Amino acid sequence: MTRRLADAKAIRALIARLATQISRHNPGVKDLALVGIKRRGVPLAERIAARLNSGRRSKVPVGAIDITLYRDDLQMVAETPIVRGTEISFDISGKTLVLVDDVVFTGRTIRAALSALLDFGRPRAIQLAVLVDRGHRELPIQPDFAGKTVVTRRDDLVDIFLKETDGRDEVILTRRSPKSIVHSPKSP
Amino acid sequence: MKLRSRHLLGIEGLDRSEILTILDQARTFREVLDRTIPIVPALRGRTVVNLFFEASTRTSTSFSLAASRLSCQCVNFSKATSSVSKGETLLDTARNIEAMGVDGIIIRHPAAGAPHFLARNVKAFVVNAGDGAHEHPTQALLDVFTLREKLGDLEGKRILIVGDIAHSRVARSNLLCFTKLGARVAVCGPPTMIPPFVEDYGCEVFYRLDRIVNEVDVVNMLRVQQERITASSFPTVREYRALYGLTAERLKKLSPEVVITHPGPVNWGVEMDFDVADFSQTLILPQVTNGVAVRMAVLFLLAGGEHPEG
Repeated sequence: MTRRLADAKAIRALIARLATQISRHNPGVKDLALVGIKRRGVPLAERIAARLNSGRRSKVPVGAIDITLYRDDLQMVAETPIVRGTEISFDISGKTLVLVDDVVFTGRTIRAALSALLDFGRPRAIQLAVLVDRGHRELPIQPDFAGKTVVTRRDDLVDIFLKETDGRDEVILTRRSPKSIVHSPKSP
Repeated sequence: MKLRSRHLLGIEGLDRSEILTILDQARTFREVLDRTIPIVPALRGRTVVNLFFEASTRTSTSFSLAASRLSCQCVNFSKATSSVSKGETLLDTARNIEAMGVDGIIIRHPAAGAPHFLARNVKAFVVNAGDGAHEHPTQALLDVFTLREKLGDLEGKRILIVGDIAHSRVARSNLLCFTKLGARVAVCGPPTMIPPFVEDYGCEVFYRLDRIVNEVDVVNMLRVQQERITASSFPTVREYRALYGLTAERLKKLSPEVVITHPGPVNWGVEMDFDVADFSQTLILPQVTNGVAVRMAVLFLLAGGEHPEG
């Protein structure tokens, strides 16, 4: 079973809200920068930056970070994942960074991104913005800004499609068949 | 993304797309090397051993550095201080080291085929860091990586390998690697140093350097391996230099577009005059830097992903 959580218009509204929240939370912050987590966090960061930049003289820099080499499950995945490379052309030391990703789920990607970022320097602060928070955290990590909070089952799939990477703007929730969600007594 | 083999034994066993996979990964690792903190935790908890039965500075250091940049521990073994001098066999040495719990073995050995033998007999993954006069695959990979950074796609590029083709594992691996990437390769050296049937690798053969050196995009010089050659290979070092050396005079006549590579260590004044070191198109030091990135890519592709024991 699939359900559309957001269409192009809704996504536009979510991004507008994220931009507003970010600028309200960081009033007059000069050293603000956005860092998108590859792949879909990057176009999101760019769209948020475009909103933040409109009507401003100084532009908010946007970087892209690949977390593959920082994953905690590299030993467990069957195929060596593709490393896409990190592009941060500005010095992050002393900056207030907003880390941007499409979905926050277990929090492990964010943990990896934090480790990766800290290898680039010592930012003044790091905040987290996500388009969708779908719960089921496995680490003590929470977004500062969430476009939408969705109640999901652990094995649901939440897929974000973006024009830049997928040719369309859409958020889809897929619920697996009821059989697949039989919980073993051991699981919490 | 995965290589078909668990080991890297030679360029011979790689196809074009696998070579490009390694080079693409190497590009991201090259970027890691330029960071303030050039270390990533990708291979945390893994251990590899440098099992070197021949003298080496840059290759063993390069592999050690590549491992540590990936947070992988690297143990160094050298023949001189080991039980090899007590008569331990290669297999015993390798099995004992493996029993201590290493994931990968990086081996350099004077006997061609030693890494292949190990690969058949140990559970760890094996990387060939040079076996006799057979192959030196990571050298070839770092050479093509460096050339692609400078020249772009190697398809149709003309590359000349100069020197002791017969005794050089670099020549063999490079020849295979260049041709797999679509370059047109020629070899040049004294007749005693050109192996029979070398044309079967798909290259042209020249015995006079001056006839070909101005016709190519890349001159890949080889080291005169004084430890491997016999007195009958060429009469004197001076004669070799005069006929096959990249001398200051030849350098002056060379097109400024030509790029020069050398696997190192260079015998200055033999295969190349020191003037080559200052030539703007000399890639010897970039080759060394890129070597670390390429070896990181190899270790990551072999040691990442599923653990060998399941």
